[in-house]
Amino acid sequence: MDAELVAMQLFSGVALGAILIMVALGLSIIFGMLGVVNFAHGALFMVGAYAGLWVASLTGSFWWGLLVAPVAIGLFGMAIERVLIRPLYRRSVDDPLLLTFGLGYVLVEAVRILFGSDGIPFPTPPELAGVADLGIGFFPIYRLFVVGVVAAVLILVWLCLEKTRFGLIVRAGARDPLIMRVLGVDIARVWLLVFGLGVGLTALGGVLAAPMRNVNPEMGSLVLAEAFVVTVIGGMGSLVGAVVAGLLVGVAISMTALFAPEMATIVMFALMALVLLVRPQGLFGKPGRA
Amino acid sequence: MNNDKKTEDGGDEMMSSKQGNSGTSRRDVLAGLSAGTALLAMPWVARAQGETIRIGFPTPLTGPFAAEAKDQVKSAELAVKLVNDKGGIAGRKVELLVRDDKLNAGEAATRTLELIEKDKVHAIVGALSSAVQLAVNEVTRARGVIYVSISQSDTINEVKDFSRFTFHEALNPHMTTAAVAKHTFKQGTKVAYLVADYAYGHEMLRGFKRAEAALGATGVGEILHPFGAADYSTFMPRLRSMRPDILCICNFGRDQANAIKQAVDFGMKQQMQIVVPVLLHNQRLAIGPEAFEGVIGGANYYWGLEESIPSARAFNDAFRAANGGAVPTDYGAYGFTGVYSLLLAMEKAGGTDTDKVIAALEELQYDIAKGPQHYRKCDHQSVQSVLVLESKKKADMGGEADFFRVVATEPASESILRSCSELGLPA
Repeated sequence: MDAELVAMQLFSGVALGAILIMVALGLSIIFGMLGVVNFAHGALFMVGAYAGLWVASLTGSFWWGLLVAPVAIGLFGMAIERVLIRPLYRRSVDDPLLLTFGLGYVLVEAVRILFGSDGIPFPTPPELAGVADLGIGFFPIYRLFVVGVVAAVLILVWLCLEKTRFGLIVRAGARDPLIMRVLGVDIARVWLLVFGLGVGLTALGGVLAAPMRNVNPEMGSLVLAEAFVVTVIGGMGSLVGAVVAGLLVGVAISMTALFAPEMATIVMFALMALVLLVRPQGLFGKPGRA
Repeated sequence: MNNDKKTEDGGDEMMSSKQGNSGTSRRDVLAGLSAGTALLAMPWVARAQGETIRIGFPTPLTGPFAAEAKDQVKSAELAVKLVNDKGGIAGRKVELLVRDDKLNAGEAATRTLELIEKDKVHAIVGALSSAVQLAVNEVTRARGVIYVSISQSDTINEVKDFSRFTFHEALNPHMTTAAVAKHTFKQGTKVAYLVADYAYGHEMLRGFKRAEAALGATGVGEILHPFGAADYSTFMPRLRSMRPDILCICNFGRDQANAIKQAVDFGMKQQMQIVVPVLLHNQRLAIGPEAFEGVIGGANYYWGLEESIPSARAFNDAFRAANGGAVPTDYGAYGFTGVYSLLLAMEKAGGTDTDKVIAALEELQYDIAKGPQHYRKCDHQSVQSVLVLESKKKADMGGEADFFRVVATEPASESILRSCSELGLPA
């Protein structure tokens, strides 16, 4: 086993981690701010991929798909929050959970009816096709691009939450919505926007994943599991947690793939079980929240 | 299509009540009555109103093999329709009872048992995973019900899993890998394997290793990957470091699509030939011509056979007429040949008597889609041709579904099977 291979494997793990972060981010933000466990997350990821595919085929350009689909699905997410989830806020946490669980099925079946249950090709955009020589080995340019987009999105989300007035309200609202209401903040509007943002990020993840994977109605089911694992390891609702856990899981999968490849999927669940035993709130979670 | 309703999860209840099977009494009473009447005066009435012949068809309509499963159902329905259009079998109508086995061995066993016990099917055809079909086989073997398996398996031929009730219409990994290797492996070729970690992958790997030894090729490494993985990027650096001439990807359904796509993304195709045991029509459709270009793999059927084989043309034309011009696929064709060969045997046997149908299947010579086929007596394996296909470049495609070029055809012959004695069976 030479050093170059191990380095390459580490890099693959980080790149895979970036994809996992993208997948988990929306789930984590929505739970952290709204306390809603969004079981439609995987389905919305898939809907995002289909929306991107659709826009790209209409305009003939991947870039329009990448730009338009997340915004459109984000708006769709806001409609879901306004119409379906808002009436459930005062009920038990199970109600939004069950609602989104059912919504996930509805979305998958709707896509099956509209686009069929076979997969649809989504070729890598020609500008990003091919491989780059990293010195330690070859890596697809498209995957490097995805890592770049994820880094940019993380910086933007962090700036938005930490450095703006809107972010301040969101963070305060996550701690104590009642006080915020007393202070005259329209918290309902904030939650609407946060839900839209979370769904939009999920859809962006779907569009980004589409050229790497087969676009099909079931593509979200595995993603939902991955997103939960990353969110639970990082701590439900923690942005930093999602980032650290995503990278951790990516590298764990990659290193397992090198030494015991048939265990590559199970390792993330083992990691999750370990974290839950030692630190039930997750690496960066606040106790009592999840 | 009206069977969509039947095949939904949990649709079984609805189905069986529609058929009147949940209360077995009514059907039995009716059957008994008509039989009684017939005995009294009119024997031809009994034949005309004889009990419907029911074929149970478990297949994974949900999950990563859904596309292939759906085509199996379409083709199986076509076989039933063609027979019913000709007046059925000995005056009896044929009905196909489709069930979703969810690609899960336990689910498949339960559904199969239900089909046998509750729906009183006369035979089972189906299953689309080597692991799941063995679960179905356990049930049919224990119940003494005929099972025509339409998914690749070597062990189903072997003495441990063999039963006189089981017929294997699909190719088996031995004959598939031998044909594919014969046209891709050469003396000294270095081969690396990426293998799905379950029965199908293991059996294909075993077949390729055997062919590798026979042809003088060298294996340079094997990586087992978890079944149903979506990301293969972490396997690529190690596969590349093995420096093979051929990357042999032994997995199925969406796993095949994702693995090939990502291997191509990693630039593997510039340095090695990608070879798969079965080149899947549905996955080529789902991923597009670019990624699959130049990939070589085996197949039981390709619609392009119609240029040289009359029965393929007849099958394609009937399929097109029933499915809005679409062509049948490889695994789809198994649904057709599996059900049709069984029905031909039932026709010869004059009904559904298990022993008579088994005898008829063992004697049957059939050419219904791909040229001559017959079930070998010792292991009930269907002796048939194996195609070796290469995925075409987009520019070379003559039409929308013109995916593959036939590189070679291994003609149907018992010589491409393992011998009966090797399987532990009397010849």
